[in-house]
Amino acid sequence: MSGEGLTIRGLRVSFDGYTAVDGVDLDVRPGDLRFLIGPNGAGKTTLVDAVTGLVKATGSVRFGTNGDGTELIGKPVHKIARLGIGRTFQTATVFEELTVLQNLDIAAGAGRGPLTMLRRRKGIPQPVAEALETTGLTALRDRPAGVLAHGQKQWLEIGMLLVQDVRLLLLDEPVAGMSHEERESTGELLRRVSEDSTRTVVVIEHDMDFMRSFARSVTVLHAGKVLSEGTVAQVQADPKVQEVYLGRARAEESADAAPAVPSPATGEATPTTTASAQEA
Amino acid sequence: MTTTSAPTTPAPEVTKATSPLTRFRVPGGFALGAVLLLGIAPLALTDFRLALLAKYLCWAMVAVGVSLAWGRGGLLVLGQGVFFGLGGYAMAMHLKLADAADTGIPGALPDFMQLYGTGEALPWWWKPFGNPAFALAATVLLPMAVAAVLGFFVFRRRVRGAYFAILSQALAAALAIWLVGQQATTGGTNGLTDFQGFFGYDLDDPANQRTVYFVIAVSLLLLMAAARQLFVSRYGELLIAVRDSEERVRFLGYDPANVKLVAYVVAAGMAGLAGALFVPAVGIISPALIGVVPSIGFVIGAAVGGRASLVGAVLGAIAVAWAQSTLSDAFPGAWTYLQGLLFVVAVGFLPGGLASLGAVIRRNRIRTRSGEAA
Repeated sequence: MSGEGLTIRGLRVSFDGYTAVDGVDLDVRPGDLRFLIGPNGAGKTTLVDAVTGLVKATGSVRFGTNGDGTELIGKPVHKIARLGIGRTFQTATVFEELTVLQNLDIAAGAGRGPLTMLRRRKGIPQPVAEALETTGLTALRDRPAGVLAHGQKQWLEIGMLLVQDVRLLLLDEPVAGMSHEERESTGELLRRVSEDSTRTVVVIEHDMDFMRSFARSVTVLHAGKVLSEGTVAQVQADPKVQEVYLGRARAEESADAAPAVPSPATGEATPTTTASAQEA
Repeated sequence: MTTTSAPTTPAPEVTKATSPLTRFRVPGGFALGAVLLLGIAPLALTDFRLALLAKYLCWAMVAVGVSLAWGRGGLLVLGQGVFFGLGGYAMAMHLKLADAADTGIPGALPDFMQLYGTGEALPWWWKPFGNPAFALAATVLLPMAVAAVLGFFVFRRRVRGAYFAILSQALAAALAIWLVGQQATTGGTNGLTDFQGFFGYDLDDPANQRTVYFVIAVSLLLLMAAARQLFVSRYGELLIAVRDSEERVRFLGYDPANVKLVAYVVAAGMAGLAGALFVPAVGIISPALIGVVPSIGFVIGAAVGGRASLVGAVLGAIAVAWAQSTLSDAFPGAWTYLQGLLFVVAVGFLPGGLASLGAVIRRNRIRTRSGEAA
């Protein structure tokens, strides 16, 4: 079993004496759609940073599809990326001055030889066309990525992971700041992506409704440690989780609905509609 | 950069890429440049003016590399004088040795060495430059090799932004100071000058000077064609991606250090070739032509004309060089200040240079119009 998918053992990350991730063990198997939840400062993003090589960590992180996972700790970021591990960031980082098509084409091209690199792109490569289709961005492919709406940028990022032929997708709050419709489409997109039984998807999320609708399994982190793990129902029933996380989140939600989850229904959608109203 | 106003505007601009006007714009512009440089300029200009233009075109060749490294790659290369100088000195050393050999005295030293030198033997590192093939190859390959070694360490250590600019500037200063200090073997402040022949041709003959001009003009056009191919290639797209978000590129499985290294090395090779052709055209290479001030001069033209636009950078370099020689005659003290001012104004207020002026005006007009509507 272990060695199949993502296997983390005894992962520890410290910054100047502060331990952000404190001995985490985690197994995520291919075909899973795992949600990582936990209060702020639980170490979720740091864990993803450690897996992708962005921060120094101790312990063991292995990833593989046939039982002999490669050790990732100590490898530089771009080498880890070439092993089929891709991530997105809380703030969508696409190449704003390049078009959607160019963004995807660059993402698809890490293995290209020098001769291909020095030539102009002719037509649309097959994986890029498929990713455009999957993310619903085909009609926007010649637009500069900088003019896309917030949700579309996140989809473009996911598309960039797809054309990389990533086996492990690590998504950091993919629906933050999205409208309700955008959340639904994103959830459907993630479901479609993870249906491929050779892909492993890990999502960091604050939005509980989104988690309940789309998670296949859930890991709760608290203070750098794994607090609970299981299906959505199991985790929600866990008294420890209710105490440190869900309970508190619910209290917050009922107290002041918006702040816990940054602008769910308003946020990005409103300015767009106002702008179009002004132009009309 | 224009994110604020964008999401709701429809995309009529996207379709224009297929119109015949844009399809023939690049080959048409290239042909126009060739006609101007190879046909009209030699007919219309006196020998003196043509020689000046040859000098400006050499600086424009440096600007082609600056446009690639800085405009597309975001590397503020403030020390291109190093590579211009390496190319120039490699060529000048060969010409000096060839002149010495032409005297017919076996083992004759270049003239300046007889004046200042120990006068005994040629330094070992001069010897290979006696071979024309070696010297010619070195004018381009030596700057590229130096850039490759430098870039390897600098980019791997993730030195970027202002630190990279200061570092490259310091190198230009260091090379100039070193050259001044080694008067016996480099000619010191005087540099290397007073060349008689150029691969068997007499450099004093105006007809041969014209030939040098043609070599320079053709080289500039070839460099522009090569740079243009890099700009539109997948590499060119990747270079922009690295400029705008280096971290993100790393997560796609590329090593941004290598991407930047290629642009840096190519730009260095272009500066080296420019330096090499500068020598027969102008008749001198000296520390004053490659130090800090000329190194800044190399990027100002590109900044004013538009660093991300190839034609903008080249025209900017020629225009600034022309303004320099015209204005520095009229107001000798004021030019350096004006040059600094131009750089600040261009980078601060018009980062796209004059090439972007049309787009900026259009954008402002749209903004004022929508402002009035609201």
